[in-house]
Amino acid sequence: MSRSQSGLLVSVNTEADPINKTDVVSEEKLTLEVFRYHPEKDSEPYFQTYEVPFREDWVVLDALNWLKDNEDGTLTYRWSCCMGVCGSCGMMVNGTPKLTCAAFLRDYHPEPIRVEPLENFPVERDLVVDMDSFMEKLQSIKPWILRKDSEEKPLSEGEYKQSPAELATYKQFSMCINCMLCYAACPVAGLEPEFVGPAAIALGMRYNLDSRDQGYEERQEIIASHEAIWQCTFVGECTTVCPKNVDPAGAIQQAKVASTIDWYKSWLMPWGQK
Amino acid sequence: MSKPYLRPIPFTWWNKNNAYRIFMLREISSVFVALFVLELLCFVLVASKSPENFDKYVEALKSPGWIVFHVVVLGFSLLHSITWFNLTPKVLVVRKGEEKLPDALIAGAHYLAWIVVSIVIWMII
Amino acid sequence: MVLLISKISEGTHLADLLRHDVLIIGGGGAGLRAAIAIAEINPKLSVAVVSKVYPMRSHTVAAEGGAAAVIKPNDSLEDHIYDTISGADWLADQDAVELFVNEAPREMIQLEHWGCPWSRDPDGSVAVRPFGGMKIERTWFATDKTGFHMLHTLFQTSLKYEPIKRYDEWFASKLLVDDGRCQGVAAIELRTGQVQGIVAKAVIICTGGAGRLWPFTTNAAVKTGDGMALAYRAGVPLKDMEFVQYHPTGLPGTGILITEASRGEGGILVNKNGYRYLQDYDLGKPLDISDPAHPKKRTMELGPRDKLSQCFIKEQQQGRTFEGPYGHYVHLDVRHLGQKKIDKKIPFVRELAKNYAGIDPVYEPIPVRPVLHYVMGGIHTDMDGATPLPGLYAVGECACVNINGANRLGSNSLTELLVFGARAGKAAANFASDHPDVKQSTLAAQTNDEQKRIASQFINKTDGKERIVTLRTEMTTAMEEGVGIYRDEVGIQATCDKLAELRERFNTITLDDHSLSFNTELTAALELENMLEVAETVAHSALRRKESRGAHQRTDYPPPRDDENYLKHSLVCKTDDAPRVDYLDVTITKWPPGERKYGS
Repeated sequence: MSRSQSGLLVSVNTEADPINKTDVVSEEKLTLEVFRYHPEKDSEPYFQTYEVPFREDWVVLDALNWLKDNEDGTLTYRWSCCMGVCGSCGMMVNGTPKLTCAAFLRDYHPEPIRVEPLENFPVERDLVVDMDSFMEKLQSIKPWILRKDSEEKPLSEGEYKQSPAELATYKQFSMCINCMLCYAACPVAGLEPEFVGPAAIALGMRYNLDSRDQGYEERQEIIASHEAIWQCTFVGECTTVCPKNVDPAGAIQQAKVASTIDWYKSWLMPWGQK
Repeated sequence: MSKPYLRPIPFTWWNKNNAYRIFMLREISSVFVALFVLELLCFVLVASKSPENFDKYVEALKSPGWIVFHVVVLGFSLLHSITWFNLTPKVLVVRKGEEKLPDALIAGAHYLAWIVVSIVIWMII
Repeated sequence: MVLLISKISEGTHLADLLRHDVLIIGGGGAGLRAAIAIAEINPKLSVAVVSKVYPMRSHTVAAEGGAAAVIKPNDSLEDHIYDTISGADWLADQDAVELFVNEAPREMIQLEHWGCPWSRDPDGSVAVRPFGGMKIERTWFATDKTGFHMLHTLFQTSLKYEPIKRYDEWFASKLLVDDGRCQGVAAIELRTGQVQGIVAKAVIICTGGAGRLWPFTTNAAVKTGDGMALAYRAGVPLKDMEFVQYHPTGLPGTGILITEASRGEGGILVNKNGYRYLQDYDLGKPLDISDPAHPKKRTMELGPRDKLSQCFIKEQQQGRTFEGPYGHYVHLDVRHLGQKKIDKKIPFVRELAKNYAGIDPVYEPIPVRPVLHYVMGGIHTDMDGATPLPGLYAVGECACVNINGANRLGSNSLTELLVFGARAGKAAANFASDHPDVKQSTLAAQTNDEQKRIASQFINKTDGKERIVTLRTEMTTAMEEGVGIYRDEVGIQATCDKLAELRERFNTITLDDHSLSFNTELTAALELENMLEVAETVAHSALRRKESRGAHQRTDYPPPRDDENYLKHSLVCKTDDAPRVDYLDVTITKWPPGERKYGS
């Protein structure tokens, strides 16, 4: 152990990189059962069992990183920020979709932990899923401010005014980090691949409710379609697993109410349509 | 090469965790509620024809089979109602400025209405 | 473990080259802003955005506190310019700072028009908060997830432009240069493992900084200086690399960022005796926390980041800091703000402290210490993001214009992405329109060479012996020891020597993964290769600058700074031996070098 200029306890392989403690003395262990699949050599996936050091403050991602660095460089997964804001590291942990950077080993220890790729997505390799359909669904609901050309405010006139109350109307739905845990938790997303899904619909609602947006009708073509809100049966698990409290289930049900009111209006007051 | 693997979804997907099981029960509860409504309709149509029909109908309903049926229906109706009321705050969002009315208030209002209506109906009957 | 070695395809044919007009490497705030700028200025140009991760994973997403721009009537462009220049310890190019400050408000309003959910004042106008080193509050914010909201707004807005084509999870490993022009990139498509050539008439590098060079950092896994290394290898100099910023308040161990906004809202820093130690270091007198004028701008906790990090080291040397399993730390106390204000203004801070430090900041102080956060230096560019290599541009943290100088003020970097992203986009678009099509045969050959290099040095190599983690750990240790907050000749030289040794040892690196599909061990090795190059530029630049200025503090050349010899930018170039460092004068316009004063 040596002390650096900045006073950090630094030493190769120990405190300098607490993630990669390789010469640890007395170490409690924990078992990880990890889903493996390699498209170039496997026709079926299988589980591989590993032993990792158990540390009080480690999350599942720390354990995966330790494994990849020290034991098995072929283990493949996505990760980046380690603080629950980039949305990369979503996986099934003991059957529940979780951000592995926020799933603490101490909450499972001493039981073994099963790590699998997010449910309801095709598996590219190991813990990496194919996200193409998700990206398409996000784009399909037109997640940008839509305004009529005539009502576009020039930049020289400054910002669109938006009161704190108006901001609060859609704020919650804007917090989605695109981690896809909600799709993994939703049985409809698995049974009906065309289902637009919780995150995408919540994002659509975020724009519909934004006081600066005028794209409600254009968006409703997708949102109020069969593949969107009407395929949702309000299981509600999407909201339960969401790490950012976006409440996509709430967004979808509110969209259903809005869409139903629209329908009645179109019947009772057809002259009101633009 | 890219050869994504599609994990098959088992027929028993609904048994995977508590949330899914309760969801299925909630959905099935509508069947029982519908059956009860059907029964009520029959009761109104048949038993209202004459006082003898009414007495016969009520006697029939005292059999163990019907009692079990009614207990089951009551259970499912309660499940149906409670899950419904608990979900109302997700659908009915009432804002006061920047704040949202608390969930308990919205659901609570529904429960209150339920109790009041029940009392009124009981008083009528 | 089955040894799987995959077959690399035979070669890149001309028909296989992917063609676009402008190519952007990096899909974060800068890259997306540039892409949108090109699509708006000339919808006929096809734009490629190549990123090793999906854009919403880019590190812009983790920025918290805010983005600065002059918007309120009590503020002035002069003040923002002066704050930035003095914050930079006069190493910033003043013409660039003037341009940046002038264009900032317009760019920020544009982002608001695109839907960014800025926090608001009761009258509906955007709100601003105080930030370190700024005399007047001008930091726009979206609660304390400003980077997240900015990135998602830019990403979602970019989806409406047809001409923008994204290459998500493609790892750019080499710039294609021909005829004295940068004409594209050789990139690995992660899904298939094939190296493909993407050619374009202009290339913009937007790959971010290099925080992962150090062991404790706020930076995500992706911050490995890839773009800096790409440009450096292509002969472009990197500027002012010795200037790296330690953010004063990161969580010990994980390095997770606790935003400066906590201090902007009134949070205080105390040592183990409960004493607000910053008052001992020329940062002014502390106001009582119940005083409505607290926090006073440009004093105490709202001093500039380099000074605050340096104060921590001094306190530590006096034995007045706490000691824990991850080194020393002090306390950031926000309890006096109260739960309501914390939940409204800095809710993410509360969430992070609870999850990762195990404390609730409403009731307990947060343990914090300086952690590596930002690299002021980067690819040498002008005010349009153009590098000395025609056709190559760079924007954002990977670039050095230079507006941040020797120390960046918090909340200037998010705005920088917008201002220079837009400018570089326009410049690159014009360059692409003005220049003839690229000559593809040479580029195809270069792509093939890169394919072969990756195959022989990594995929097919079975006789290596060093693991990635060993070299990476030794590198980060050496960086923290030699080029941390305080440096001296002996320490820096030791780091330079160590890095040279590590570059040699990198030639014997071994991978477990010899396959092609989604080989993230390969990308980790390539990232390490990039990091080692960039690390050398930092260390050698630090060795040559024999003065203390801003974030570069030499205990063997203590303050005051040496303007006579060093009011210059360092330019480090790749050679066959050690990196060569030259100097370039700083542009001074209206603000002659003065004393950097805080605390009054």
